[in-house]
Amino acid sequence: MFWLQYAAPQRLYGLAGRIYPLAFLLAAVLTAVGLYLGFWVAPADFQQGQAYRIIFVHVPASWMSMVIYVAMALWAWLGLSFKTRVSGMMTQALAPTGALFCFLSLWTGALWGKPMWGAWWVWDARLTSELILLFLYLGYIALTRAIDDPRRADRAGAVVALVGVVNVPIIYFSVKWWNTLHQGASVSLTKSPSMAAVMLWAMLVMTLAFWAYAVGMAFYRVRQTILEREQDAAWVGELKEIAP
Amino acid sequence: MNPHLRACMALVLRDVRSAARRPGDVATPLFFFVVVSALFPLAIGPELNTLRLIGPGIVWVGALLSSILAMHRLFGADVADGSLEQLALSPTPLGLLVAAKVLAHWLLTGAPLVLVAPLIAVQFDLSFDSMMVLLLALVLGTPVLSLIGAVGAALTLGLRGAELLLCLLVLPLYIPVLVFGAGAVQAHLGGLGAQAHVSVLLAMLSVAVFLCPWAASAALRIAME
Amino acid sequence: MSWNSWEEFWDMGGYAFFVWGSYGVVFAGVALELWLAVRRRSAVLNGLRSQREDAYAGDAS
Repeated sequence: MFWLQYAAPQRLYGLAGRIYPLAFLLAAVLTAVGLYLGFWVAPADFQQGQAYRIIFVHVPASWMSMVIYVAMALWAWLGLSFKTRVSGMMTQALAPTGALFCFLSLWTGALWGKPMWGAWWVWDARLTSELILLFLYLGYIALTRAIDDPRRADRAGAVVALVGVVNVPIIYFSVKWWNTLHQGASVSLTKSPSMAAVMLWAMLVMTLAFWAYAVGMAFYRVRQTILEREQDAAWVGELKEIAP
Repeated sequence: MNPHLRACMALVLRDVRSAARRPGDVATPLFFFVVVSALFPLAIGPELNTLRLIGPGIVWVGALLSSILAMHRLFGADVADGSLEQLALSPTPLGLLVAAKVLAHWLLTGAPLVLVAPLIAVQFDLSFDSMMVLLLALVLGTPVLSLIGAVGAALTLGLRGAELLLCLLVLPLYIPVLVFGAGAVQAHLGGLGAQAHVSVLLAMLSVAVFLCPWAASAALRIAME
Repeated sequence: MSWNSWEEFWDMGGYAFFVWGSYGVVFAGVALELWLAVRRRSAVLNGLRSQREDAYAGDAS
């Protein structure tokens, strides 16, 4: 298989080095386009005025925080199944960006919720699940940092990532059922405004921008991990960054 | 008798006996549970209507926290004296042995909790039938806490700061148990009946009994390499 | 959307605090993440460079 060659750290280092600049460039372009569409093309919302424009960062951050966690779980499963070293490295490289997006989702959500629905925070299923997702990210990062041996760190982290990805829908389901039984929030936070087409487009462009950024960050970060772990290899010593 | 079953029973007895030699290990989480539960009425005030509302939740949070307190000790002693490696090498599947250890752990932490819970519930003026629902939920839920905690204990084996790390890892996984456990009592109080919640707790227990020993033994092998 | 002036844009219909509070933190978070990643890269490269120098110094003697 063609892609299997990139399971070797040296090849991944090169590939990642070519990918991340393009990914960041794409992210920058998409951000510019998305924000232009969001702020200069999309009109004010009938009910929410200008405040709804937070949606152009809130929704991308939320979606990507979940997508990244699933991506981590996929890499984790690959690593445990095929025992490839780079899988654990990719899982670890994805985590900080996912945690950041999770936090941003909660932060921007609070700032959108206060003027629109009157509360910085409510305990509905979606918000609670996102908060728990942040805890799962932090737990993964804390565990992998606490283990010195890279192999053990990767594999223990993989178990956490996989258990967590199973737990996320369970939490959403359980909290949703709990809230429903208690006739919880009277105001529904899950109904998004029915959107004009240009608003939707701006949101999708921004989501792609966040995705491209996450890809760039992950490939940028994994290069450092590869250098750290492969530091005794001959190819590392001969890199032009190190031996001019 | 099946030799594997005999090995498991021996393991349960061994763990219970060695814990009996150090009664403090069993008593401390229990005291913690009692004290924490008593703190809330003191802090919130003696208004019985309020206490009745929050009582089940507080009992559950207390159970959760005291369960986590003792969790890292599940494998700690065995790592220290080298018996964990012997367990891993034995012909009995490690998952079975882990399940046996979790059973012993529950007998020493979860079961005493269930026995003490009525005393706590009285502080919150829970009616008799609500208390029965609470006890049933605890009987079903505390083993799940021990099982999930075992996975966390296996993952954090021997690490610096393992206790806190274990809390951070395991608390998100405890949330569904908490929601349905406390929710059972509240559903009962609300007149809806606790059957749905109890069924879900039962389902969680069934799944956890199968999956957690397997996951924990995988994590143990990862930790022991 | 045609903004009548820059003031109107920054004001965001009275929601300036919430909108710019959101976007500000997003950009700050991204900037922080990038800075930390670049810092790590420099640290790793410097470490490897000095490791290589030590190795060559050892060979020379």
